[in-house]
Amino acid sequence: MLDISAAEWTAILLSLRVAVIATLVATPFGIALAWLLARKDFWGKSVLDAVVHLPLVLPPVVTGYLLLLTFGRRGLVGGFLADHLGIVFAFRWTGAALACGVMSFPLLVRPMRLSIEAIDRRLEQAAETLGAAPFKVFFTVTLPLALPGVLAGMVLGFAKAIGEFGATITFVSNIPGETQTISSAIYSLIQTPDGDAAAGRLVIVSVVLALGALIAAEWFARRATARLHGN
Amino acid sequence: MLRVDVEKQLGEFSLSASFSSEGRVTGLFGASGAGKSSLINIIAGLLRPDRGTIVIDGETLDDTASGIHVPAWRRRIGYVFQDARLFPHLDVAQNLDYGRRMNRLAPDRAQHARVIELLDIGTLLDRRPGKLSGGERQRVALGRALLSKPRLLLLDEPLGALDEARKLEILPYLVRLRDEANVPMVYVSHDAAELRQLATQIVMLRQGRVTSFGGVKVLT
Repeated sequence: MLDISAAEWTAILLSLRVAVIATLVATPFGIALAWLLARKDFWGKSVLDAVVHLPLVLPPVVTGYLLLLTFGRRGLVGGFLADHLGIVFAFRWTGAALACGVMSFPLLVRPMRLSIEAIDRRLEQAAETLGAAPFKVFFTVTLPLALPGVLAGMVLGFAKAIGEFGATITFVSNIPGETQTISSAIYSLIQTPDGDAAAGRLVIVSVVLALGALIAAEWFARRATARLHGN
Repeated sequence: MLRVDVEKQLGEFSLSASFSSEGRVTGLFGASGAGKSSLINIIAGLLRPDRGTIVIDGETLDDTASGIHVPAWRRRIGYVFQDARLFPHLDVAQNLDYGRRMNRLAPDRAQHARVIELLDIGTLLDRRPGKLSGGERQRVALGRALLSKPRLLLLDEPLGALDEARKLEILPYLVRLRDEANVPMVYVSHDAAELRQLATQIVMLRQGRVTSFGGVKVLT
């Protein structure tokens, strides 16, 4: 049907890998931050909130450049990680995952935060009186009750990650097989004579992936909500 | 043996209550706004007193002078709330088992069976709280608290959210509980008739102060 070439498959699979890793790594941080923002009052909370939302409003090329300065080979963090832990982000697919993770983070955190804010805290008190220590309350009551929001945040973050372009191409360039995701492949193909057909195929793939993610998010949210209302 | 001597400022309202009780069911009586719920939340450890002590069976749970505050989850004090507060994501059996799991207690088949029989909730075990009636929910909440093996059970107007018919449905279970469960209770209510049936001792609370203390006859 769609005659997808090997090179196109490479870009599709790379996009999926980048987005899945970015989402999975970002999720625990997202849950922790959502909990912090929903529950705690501390000095600098509004600054932290603003910093998390920054990738949403900054030009992606700026975010990508800042990532390059920080996590590049000669960057403060990047240099340390490369020398001491052997983790390299610059011009690697891992860097693409980092860029996608950062760019999708605000979208991932938001539903998680809202669902934690919506939890009836009196249920957590009840758990406490039954002998549950705070971290057990979190894992047996708070997190299960926040599950619809956590899943919605993951799917939204995934959808954003798979479509990310500006920060990724700025940070890790556009190397086929290493950092060339669907978005950057489409960008290259549009600039190539006779690239229209291939670009069109990738456009269809990305539309299907985005729609699939949205439908999955809806389905998860509905199932989880039904579970919470005791059906 | 429960000894309470606490002060707590909550906005405009000041609570200053002192009593000790050895009764099987201590009735905490007073109009709404008298400070009953605040007092019981302090006993449970959900609220921290500004000043004072709470001692159960010789163990100090709160003593502001020496900085002692045992957190609620370590107090082994069961709490039945007016609104049941069953966990909506767990079925009835899992709700009942929650306290045992959190306290890492070994399964106690005999107690489990006895509580389920006492409260008549055997047919509800695989249901979700969303599918229970108000009275059923309250019975499950009672069972859940009892099965965590508390040394004291606090009941905050457990019939308050129920209509008359439902109250009459639950009351006999509470009487059985008092006579058979062998756990001392503090029972909060603004309903004198209810306390006359259940309580063995009364602490009367008015505007944050204990105004009288004694047998059920103080309820006249």
